[in-house]
Amino acid sequence: MTPFKLKIVTPDGLKYDGMAEMVVARTTTGEIGIMAKHINLVAPLGMGRALITVDGKEKKASCIGGILSVISGEVSLVPTTFEWAEDIDVKRAENAMAESREAIAKKDISQMELKMAEARLKRALVRLSVASDK
Amino acid sequence: MAGVSTKEIKNRIRSMESTKQITKAMEMVAASKLRRAQAQVDSARPYFKILSSVINDIVKTNTDFDSPYLNAPKTGKSLFIAIAGDRGLAGGYNSNVLKMCLEEMSKSESAVLPIGKKALDFFKARKAEIVSDAYPVAEDVAVGDCFTIAKDVAKAFKAGVYSSVLIAYTNFVSVLSQTPDMKALLPLTPDDQGEEAKKSEILYEGGSVEVFEAIVPEYLGGILYGALCESRAAEQAARRTAMDSATSNAEDMIADLSLKFNRARQAAITQEITEIVAGA
Repeated sequence: MTPFKLKIVTPDGLKYDGMAEMVVARTTTGEIGIMAKHINLVAPLGMGRALITVDGKEKKASCIGGILSVISGEVSLVPTTFEWAEDIDVKRAENAMAESREAIAKKDISQMELKMAEARLKRALVRLSVASDK
Repeated sequence: MAGVSTKEIKNRIRSMESTKQITKAMEMVAASKLRRAQAQVDSARPYFKILSSVINDIVKTNTDFDSPYLNAPKTGKSLFIAIAGDRGLAGGYNSNVLKMCLEEMSKSESAVLPIGKKALDFFKARKAEIVSDAYPVAEDVAVGDCFTIAKDVAKAFKAGVYSSVLIAYTNFVSVLSQTPDMKALLPLTPDDQGEEAKKSEILYEGGSVEVFEAIVPEYLGGILYGALCESRAAEQAARRTAMDSATSNAEDMIADLSLKFNRARQAAITQEITEIVAGA
């Protein structure tokens, strides 16, 4: 497959800068796959798994929030958080899952807190599913 | 007479010594914090850069939609997000950025969102309109907070409360140089530098307007976080430099006083000998 330039940057730093053959990411409207010579595209990212194919090998990552853009053939993945499957802190995600489930189960939390807990639970679930599916 | 003066000098030397110890300790603390902050800046910079260039590309190539983020409302105040430190003794760090911000603010009707204790105190004392005092500690503001601020600001801008949003922060140029800087965030305007991009079609997954609405808060949050990282590193660098020069000033003064002390002591001895000789 024809490779294209890919950059993955998060506030924590540059995660990837080089050539890739395919990027699959979860946008707010569903999964999207990008290959070389894609037309210019901008999409907001949702929460989900990202697949990056480099040299025929597929790498998995959890990719949450941010922007995916393709401008003149160069792909920039600018998520809020991005972790390769092997870098995911499973213990932390499990803790977050348990804590947010507990928070949601409580009856006396505000709408705002409920929303935050749900988002936290969702992030934890995404991380766990990516980490377990190696 | 001579005895009193040597004692006085001795006391001054002692007090200088303790001042020197404090400034030396502060310098070392700032140096270690600086190392951490610098690493953070280095890792956040590519994000900052790519995010800006992505948004810039979109604004430049955009032909097919209109968004409230692109046009300034005629009415409304200018919102300034001012980032300063929590503590003083950092040379001109706090006052430089705050003075610059105040000067810009006086040009039009404006409101301010201070981040950091010094910024909050400064604008409170000048009776500026403060939007939120929820971020008094610049050191504790996390990435999540940046995105929360960005969402609120974007919402208010869209509602027409503000006619523009600007951010005042300090650019961390190097360990020895930090410059206060002002950046306009909203409305989005294409950066004039660089060649004119050819107007081309962009596919917006999920509708152009919706996509734009979704990514603008993300962009603001990212820029805010970047500016915060820059400012934090600049603060530590400024403090380190200020404390370094304070320490060397203290050393100079101690050397000066020691010389005076020795002279006074010598004079006292000489005088005593003269008295003995004269009496004999």
